[in-house]
Amino acid sequence: MFSGLKDKVGEVLLPGDEFSLETEDTISLTERVKPEKVVCGPGLRRSGDRLLVCKSGVLRHKQPNMFWMDSQQRRYVPAKGETVIGIVTVKSGDVFKVDFGGSEQASLSYLAFEGATKRNRPNVQVGDLVFSQFVVANRDMEPELVCVDSSGRANGMGVFGAGGLLFTVSLGLARRLLSPHSEVLSDLQTLFPCELVVGMNGRLWVRSSSVQQTLVITNLLQSCDTMTAPQRQELFRRAAQGAL
Amino acid sequence: MASDSVKLSKNLLRMKFMQRGLDAETKKQLEEDEKRIISDEHWYLDLPELKAKENLIVEEKSFGPCEELRYGRFSFKGFNPEVEKLMLLMNPRDETETRDEEDLSRMQTDVTDEEMALRYESLVESMKKKFAKKRERAAPKDDKEEEEDVNHNAVETTTKRKFLKPQD
Repeated sequence: MFSGLKDKVGEVLLPGDEFSLETEDTISLTERVKPEKVVCGPGLRRSGDRLLVCKSGVLRHKQPNMFWMDSQQRRYVPAKGETVIGIVTVKSGDVFKVDFGGSEQASLSYLAFEGATKRNRPNVQVGDLVFSQFVVANRDMEPELVCVDSSGRANGMGVFGAGGLLFTVSLGLARRLLSPHSEVLSDLQTLFPCELVVGMNGRLWVRSSSVQQTLVITNLLQSCDTMTAPQRQELFRRAAQGAL
Repeated sequence: MASDSVKLSKNLLRMKFMQRGLDAETKKQLEEDEKRIISDEHWYLDLPELKAKENLIVEEKSFGPCEELRYGRFSFKGFNPEVEKLMLLMNPRDETETRDEEDLSRMQTDVTDEEMALRYESLVESMKKKFAKKRERAAPKDDKEEEEDVNHNAVETTTKRKFLKPQD
């Protein structure tokens, strides 16, 4: 059923390419045909029985039936459940407005922090960094962030960012850093003791024991977006020796 | 029951508190009446029926479940032990791998051997005091040092004190 789609895995596709997912004409009589569900991730869109590509990139596949487009873009589009680094820009009454690098500012309720009640307001100032998660992210509505998980625990979310440095990288690099067995991270691990917060919106925050080391890590991460693996390893080795 | 007594009105019978006492027949009748009223009032569009097809395509907007992305906070070489704990908690998949590494890499914030020794030095002293007898505790420190053997156990050298009879 998805043979057409599976053939294209790993190839570059452009917006407008489409796949038909109708059941095949030849139905085997011996075994019952069980309809399989297909999950289309970001970059693919459903239109009736067809799948449309709406972002240019490389088609990826995960077992059993998950397909998505691996694209390089810099504009962040919020999606429910993603964690981002936001900057508090407005403090008005019971919501904070948070800039996360998208087309619109997200709202963050003052009750959406761990341990916050109507009496006990969280201490959030304009300009603070928050690591938070989207609960509402629609095309037509204002996105909404929270700093707690479903059980009300912070789990590392909330206000952070004393003594560190925030910078922006491409969304692709942010995802590469977050992917399991990330090579960039394992290279970085060998350098200095440091702390890193990665937002899916392409914002990174680094802190280490000295300003120099923080800046070194920042420059390394910003430059390794466009480098091949050997180039990057060479650069990291030089940084570890103290050449940079 | 209904025949001999005064007949109750239909609306009254339909009320909740009357339902208990009703017999099966009247209940059924009431239900039928109600159904007829509803079906009279019910109207529908004269359209060809839309066949709800089973949707085989599920849309997923986020990269998270696709690429099995990890939690976004990291700490390396023990820079922030709290975050390292969180990393283990939030990334259950690579828990087994990190556990092996943890044994090898010593955390920066660990207590060093020297610190440990320093801490125990004072602890040994205070524990010794606790087990010492009252008399030993009162004794001056310097002659106690001499009495101690290698194992820091106080050696009893003096014989038991006895009452000494005054002479003459």
